[in-house]
Amino acid sequence: MEGYSTKVMEHFANPRNVGEMEDADGIGNVGNPTCGDIMRLYIKVRDGVIVDAKFKTFGCGAAIATSSMMTELVKGKTLADAKKISNQAVAEALGGLPPVKMHCSVLAEEALESALNDYYTKHPEAKK
Amino acid sequence: MRRVYLDNGNTTPLHPDVLPAMLPYLTEHFGNPASLHGFGEGPRSAMNQAREQVASLIGAEKDEILFTSCGTEANNFAVKGIASALKKKGNHVIASSIEHFSVLYSCKFLEKQGFEVTYLPVDGTGLVDPEEVRKAIKKETVLITVMHANGEMGTVEPIAEIGKIAKEAGVAFHTDAVASAGNIPVDVKEMNVDLLSMAANMFYGPRGVGALYIKKGTRILPMFDGGVQEFGRRAGTENLPGIVGMGKAAELAKAEMPERMPRLAAMRDRLVKGLMEKIGYMRYNGHPSMRLPGNISVSMEYIEGESMLLFLNMQGVAASSGSACTSRALKASHVLTSMGVPVEVTHGSLMLTFGRDNTEEDVDYVLEVLPPIVQRLRDMSPLYEDMVTKKNK
Repeated sequence: MEGYSTKVMEHFANPRNVGEMEDADGIGNVGNPTCGDIMRLYIKVRDGVIVDAKFKTFGCGAAIATSSMMTELVKGKTLADAKKISNQAVAEALGGLPPVKMHCSVLAEEALESALNDYYTKHPEAKK
Repeated sequence: MRRVYLDNGNTTPLHPDVLPAMLPYLTEHFGNPASLHGFGEGPRSAMNQAREQVASLIGAEKDEILFTSCGTEANNFAVKGIASALKKKGNHVIASSIEHFSVLYSCKFLEKQGFEVTYLPVDGTGLVDPEEVRKAIKKETVLITVMHANGEMGTVEPIAEIGKIAKEAGVAFHTDAVASAGNIPVDVKEMNVDLLSMAANMFYGPRGVGALYIKKGTRILPMFDGGVQEFGRRAGTENLPGIVGMGKAAELAKAEMPERMPRLAAMRDRLVKGLMEKIGYMRYNGHPSMRLPGNISVSMEYIEGESMLLFLNMQGVAASSGSACTSRALKASHVLTSMGVPVEVTHGSLMLTFGRDNTEEDVDYVLEVLPPIVQRLRDMSPLYEDMVTKKNK
């Protein structure tokens, strides 16, 4: 794919935190097979802090790289701070994305949102 | 690192004998073939020879070959040129649904001009049913266009049969032979075609030159207005070095085809067999036997094509995909969806197309590097995970 930054290619070739998480506290599922990108994001939360994150993604190079970067960005963040991570922040951390691939970063943001919502649903005691 | 070019269905490298044939026409024989003076003589006879060489490749007469700038121009010329010449006779065109964009969008253009276009379906192997063509013909039909071979999934269409039906109905018949000409036998008489498009870069000739065969007596309107080049049907100073290169490539293709076809087909079949053995949930797209000798089109379920191409590229293997993510339009391949391949499966499609430079070692190399790439992407895929979980339940 033309126009991928070195950072995107590096995260694509060596994605961080790939895999399932059996005891996840929140799971985000976004995308559909017809549109061509599916992300599943797992988070583990301790005392309001995301201590671990994993992902599985079906999609192009940008989809895999943004998933990988998202897991890196959320780790160690409080739930409140994680919520503030935007798709632009993910794209910027990757040294930018080709315009036609920006939707992948949006999907990563939605995956995080979905995982956080899942966490709050499963843990009603946690304050939003 | 080993470099393996398996994208010959996209464009081919120049045959080593083609460049030396072209060079004098970029230097000493720079003249315009239309000039009366001495500088026009060499170019004129070279054009003549190239026209003979291309005609000979497809069983045509020399003055039935018109040079164009590429296959896309030849397709636009054929579809729009016939329709506009015959619009008083009728306003109906028949096309297959798996045509190249240059035919498909020419048809869409005609629809905007008031034409009606019937798009014929294909079966699961990509074949057009000639009976469907017969049924689609009405008294307003002025053109039928069905491609000879599909460069994406390799199926070779029953053109002679369709041509016979068109002939009986008295309807002009065009075939896009860009993927086939120079790679498999093409004979305009046996195929009963009135128009046939081809491109030099698909058979080891240069980029920027194509040709349209127009059977004698066919009514067609030019696309370009201007001088009287190409029998007054295609104005513009001729791309002489390109045309000479196309002629040389046509001559070489004719000579090398008998040896090359079975060699490529054997490599194709060995690679498909090997991949089938090593990779599960893989579909072989297109027709099992009626297909281009060098073409492999497969779909790897549960993974996406662009990721596969990127990993293959890191291993030095050049291939292509019909995945939506690799197209700038972000649309799934119309060819694969027309064949009934589910949209989610088209995302994992991979085209490996052999050419004259490929060797058995290339087959071994792909068999070594591709299966781990597929497995790696599946290990990352939530769809694969869900499938495995479901299966284990």
